[in-house]
Amino acid sequence: MNPIKAESKNLDFYYGNLQALKNVSLRIQERKITALIGPSGCGKTTYLRCFNRMHDLYPHNKYHGEIILYPDQINIISSGVDPIEIRMRISMVFQKPNPFPKSIFENVAYGLRVRGISNRSILSEKVEKSLRNAAIWDEIKDRLHLPAFDLSGGQQQRLCIARALATDPEILLFDEPTSALDPIATGKIEELIMGLQEHVTILIVTHNMQQAARISAFTAFMYLGELVEFGDTDSLFVNPQNKLTEEYITGRFG
Amino acid sequence: MEDIKQRIKISKYWNGIFWIIGFLSTLVGLVLLLVLMIDLFMDGAPRLSYKFFTSFPSRFPEEAGILSAWVGSFLVLLVTAGAAIPLGVAAGIYLEEYARKNWVTDIIEINIANLAGVPSIVYGLLALGLFVYLLKFGETILTAGLTLALLILPMVIMATREAIRAIPGSIREASYALGATKWQTVRWHIIPYSMGGILTGIIIGLSRAIGETAPIITVGALTFIAFLPASPVTSEFPFISFKWLMDPFTVMPIQMFNWVSRPQKAFQLNAAAAGIVLMGMTLLMNGVAIYIRYKFRKKIRW
Repeated sequence: MNPIKAESKNLDFYYGNLQALKNVSLRIQERKITALIGPSGCGKTTYLRCFNRMHDLYPHNKYHGEIILYPDQINIISSGVDPIEIRMRISMVFQKPNPFPKSIFENVAYGLRVRGISNRSILSEKVEKSLRNAAIWDEIKDRLHLPAFDLSGGQQQRLCIARALATDPEILLFDEPTSALDPIATGKIEELIMGLQEHVTILIVTHNMQQAARISAFTAFMYLGELVEFGDTDSLFVNPQNKLTEEYITGRFG
Repeated sequence: MEDIKQRIKISKYWNGIFWIIGFLSTLVGLVLLLVLMIDLFMDGAPRLSYKFFTSFPSRFPEEAGILSAWVGSFLVLLVTAGAAIPLGVAAGIYLEEYARKNWVTDIIEINIANLAGVPSIVYGLLALGLFVYLLKFGETILTAGLTLALLILPMVIMATREAIRAIPGSIREASYALGATKWQTVRWHIIPYSMGGILTGIIIGLSRAIGETAPIITVGALTFIAFLPASPVTSEFPFISFKWLMDPFTVMPIQMFNWVSRPQKAFQLNAAAAGIVLMGMTLLMNGVAIYIRYKFRKKIRW
């Protein structure tokens, strides 16, 4: 068993007065893929976005409880912890590919520029490495200075993954990264994510149960803001302990 | 069957009626504009010459020109742009990206929207009290430029906010998710991506300012002026001078007004010629605005 990378303890989350997460406790193993599944509105994306404090961008959002980040054991959601520091350590890939309207190179280099790195050779080296890790280097190495929106949807999403990798994050968050893509592009992204777990801890939200079954080591099933069941993916899908989980994975609701 | 055909016929009849109404309505606007322009051109075009642009106003209509007027307009606009752009853009960015959304910002928002509708003469009165009497800037280019800056400030703020609002939230989130601060996000994303809309708003604002007469008269622009302000470029170090800011001036619409109010027919023709020039300036600025918008739209897609 790998060491624990992050652990949420009794996490509650509120959008204003609406409680979106109830008492969620979950351990995320280092350099493994943990998938979050559940029907729409179950809180899986809300939960994911707690890990890099995205909720801080909007007013009236409240966290209670803890998300401990190891090894230094800081509480990610504590008000004393700077969300910017957290976002520098934990990257995110969004549902819809969202490259900046800049060149491919500048998209990947952005996270480094934010950190004050402007040395051309360091940037080039990092950009190449990240694009290679995101399995897109060979396709675009000759057009790094063309605008990113000229790429196809799948390429854009791999570019966004490269952008998130460029800053060497400790955890990589994926929010339904393939929901806007066709099956072939989806396959490539899944393969890429599976390869990435060698370097980085991955937490992925997916609406697609087969995807969770294919790529993740652990799966959490959420329903109405609560964590219903959590376990290693094989046993959760083959032998669910909870009746709700069973109904969901057999397609009786959701 | 017959019934349906009858219905269709009636519907088509009404459709045809509206076609005619719509066409005539469009025609009214178009024809009026055309007549206005043709009239202006027939009167003014013969007076347009190189000499017209390089002569001061004169008692003799054939020798009178718009030199002091267009130089005045240009310098006043320079001050207006210099004041309204930084203030308006900064305020727009602050309201859109930094300010918390609460009742205070709601009130500010309503105020700015209303400021855009305040009659320009009221700005003139405000400027007379503030710039001329209180701050003792005098009846100068500086005063006029700042007055017009106040006038177009709401337009610049609103154009800035509008342009910023067009940027999808996903772009902001992408930037913040990489650990960017607000200012980094504003500097690297918000400002560059909204630049097209902001510039368009600025130019539309300036093209309104160039035609304004009432507030400029209120702050005391001279109507007959036969000298130029001090040159902004000098032959001695440091080669740039701001003495012109404190010089008296006139502007294009005031020069026109002055000529129109003369009894001689020849001065009316001068006014028409100046009108052509003023309209040309406005059209040119609007053209530039459209071009910039097109250019930026092509460059930025989400």
